[in-house]
Amino acid sequence: MLVALLVMAAATLLLATALTLSRDRTQRNDKHGNDIIENRYQDKALIEQINQLLPQTQCRRCTFAGCKPYATALARGEADINQCPPGGDHTAWRLAQLLGKAPKPVDRQFGIVRATPLVAWIDEPACIGCTKCILACPVDAIVGASKFMHTVITSECTGCELCVAPCPVDCIVMRLPDEVHLPRTGSTVHAS
Amino acid sequence: MTAPAMHGGLRLAGNKKRSTQSALRIAAAPSQVVLPLDQHAGTAATPLVQVGERVLRGQPIAQPQGEISAWLHASIAGHVSAIELRPTPHRQQPAPCIVIDSDGSEESAAHEPVDVDRLDAVALCEHIAAGGMVGLGGAVFPTAPKLLLGRQADEVHLILNGAECEPWISCDDMLMRERAADILRGASILCRALSAARCSLVIEDDKPEAILAMQAAQSAAHPNIHVPNIDVRVVPTIYPAGGENQLVTTVTGLEVPSGGLPSDIGAICHNVGTAAAVARWIDHGEPLIRRIVTVTGSGVAEASNIEVVLGTSIADVIAQCGGYSGRVARLLMGGSMMGRALASDALPVVKASNCLVVALPTDLQPRGTEMPCIRCGNCSEACPAMLLPQQLHWFARAQDLPALDLHGLLDCIECGCCDHVCPSQIPLTQQFRDAKPALTAHRSAQAAATLARTRFEARDARLARLESERQAKLAERRKSVG
Repeated sequence: MLVALLVMAAATLLLATALTLSRDRTQRNDKHGNDIIENRYQDKALIEQINQLLPQTQCRRCTFAGCKPYATALARGEADINQCPPGGDHTAWRLAQLLGKAPKPVDRQFGIVRATPLVAWIDEPACIGCTKCILACPVDAIVGASKFMHTVITSECTGCELCVAPCPVDCIVMRLPDEVHLPRTGSTVHAS
Repeated sequence: MTAPAMHGGLRLAGNKKRSTQSALRIAAAPSQVVLPLDQHAGTAATPLVQVGERVLRGQPIAQPQGEISAWLHASIAGHVSAIELRPTPHRQQPAPCIVIDSDGSEESAAHEPVDVDRLDAVALCEHIAAGGMVGLGGAVFPTAPKLLLGRQADEVHLILNGAECEPWISCDDMLMRERAADILRGASILCRALSAARCSLVIEDDKPEAILAMQAAQSAAHPNIHVPNIDVRVVPTIYPAGGENQLVTTVTGLEVPSGGLPSDIGAICHNVGTAAAVARWIDHGEPLIRRIVTVTGSGVAEASNIEVVLGTSIADVIAQCGGYSGRVARLLMGGSMMGRALASDALPVVKASNCLVVALPTDLQPRGTEMPCIRCGNCSEACPAMLLPQQLHWFARAQDLPALDLHGLLDCIECGCCDHVCPSQIPLTQQFRDAKPALTAHRSAQAAATLARTRFEARDARLARLESERQAKLAERRKSVG
């Protein structure tokens, strides 16, 4: 009896191990019903390839914490190709090509961006120096210190709009890059 | 001496005889001039005058904006009647222009002639900039920034471009025949501004009169010309031997690197017209306010070369050449290969206007409907930039920007050779011209993405480091407490 139990336990263990091992190598389905290959090494190269196609705005509109996290999720089949509004339909199409999926346009639920990219602009006299925008900026494009005025380095700004919401005095607006030297009044363009 | 021929190119009918039969004419001063603020390559100039102000001939009316830009001078004396958007021959969209109405006087602004030997080279470059000098070959690149760029090379070889390879144009030919001494004087000034070691003058072998005139002027030693040795090079007449990169290859035997400039290999090209204009500015204090324009084609009564005040209307220039002689099919600014068709003759002559072709239907090469590419490869044999137009054609149709970049679309000089030889009549050059802005935008987007990516990754790494340091500190404190 005991021997039989032991033998059965050993057999179950073996089977389980074999199953896990085979699971690492063979295909399985992701949550969208697509086949993916789970292989760590291939994963890394694929993430890099996907990341190359993304616009690197780091805007989090895709619901992930940046372009590389989105690329990682895509490589693992945990995200869909139509989640990047700044990349637009062209990027979605190229992602579909790379990943062997059917192309589809960007889902509008992830947001709509303008064809001409905007940059953040700080109304400097209104800034109270709270550093909240500095912490929010994913590419370190805002300079300043606690209780000192902040400003945006326009050439480094990706237009992700992540700094707009945290500002407690609403002194950050999105503007056209060639209008950032103008005062606040006039043709200020607000975030979409 | 005959130089080795460049890659590809075409032997075209020159059609230059028509305009070189008569001597150089001087046009009468117009009653109104229209001077676009952006008639040079680079950023448009900023006006220095206001509407209603009186200006003198040669007075600066707009100053350069940014590094690549040029001064603009009033070409006649009179009153500024408007500063507004006007249609121009060199842009698709209306461009900002200063309009001056003549008051009939010949009053000129005083510009003192300069003693070149007492200025150092950089100051000389700045003085040349103040004369509003731009390349008069047609590309209108500001002369002074080009000189300063050339000074960065170790040893500079100045190449004067008198090739004038494009059909119909003969303004440089006429200039070399009639004002060879001015060109040599300009060459000596440019050599000094560049600290150039060598100077070559390139002329195509279909201009024997110009070659003789230049050689004669060189042997008649002029006291204020100290050019060590200008060697006059005669090259075979192959279009586009006068293209900047092709010229450098012909003279030096070196190839301008892809995406680079001739100054990268120590060569600087200036048009002979630019050299003559520089001489006139330095020695007589006359800024760039007039240029020689070739007026030719079967549609004009007296085809000739005529020196015109900048801003004169094209209709006026054609009227001074005897007017139209038939039902004109097309009016081109520039030659038949790279010229631009004009919508009307109510446009001003600009610094880039080297030639006006008034074409009757018989002057034009008939163009059939576009047919599919048969991959004959004629285009790549003709391409002087050694590109593969047939491949570029596919990629341009597919909007495949990375592939276009890889195949060197931005090295295309838009000479039109591939168009000319294509048996399927595909408008290749037009396709490439249209695809270039998209590719440039793609490149700058790529550069911006790389920058954002490195900054994002650096920030991520910094945040991770700070977090691990905080954890380590916490663990240490727990240990000391516990």
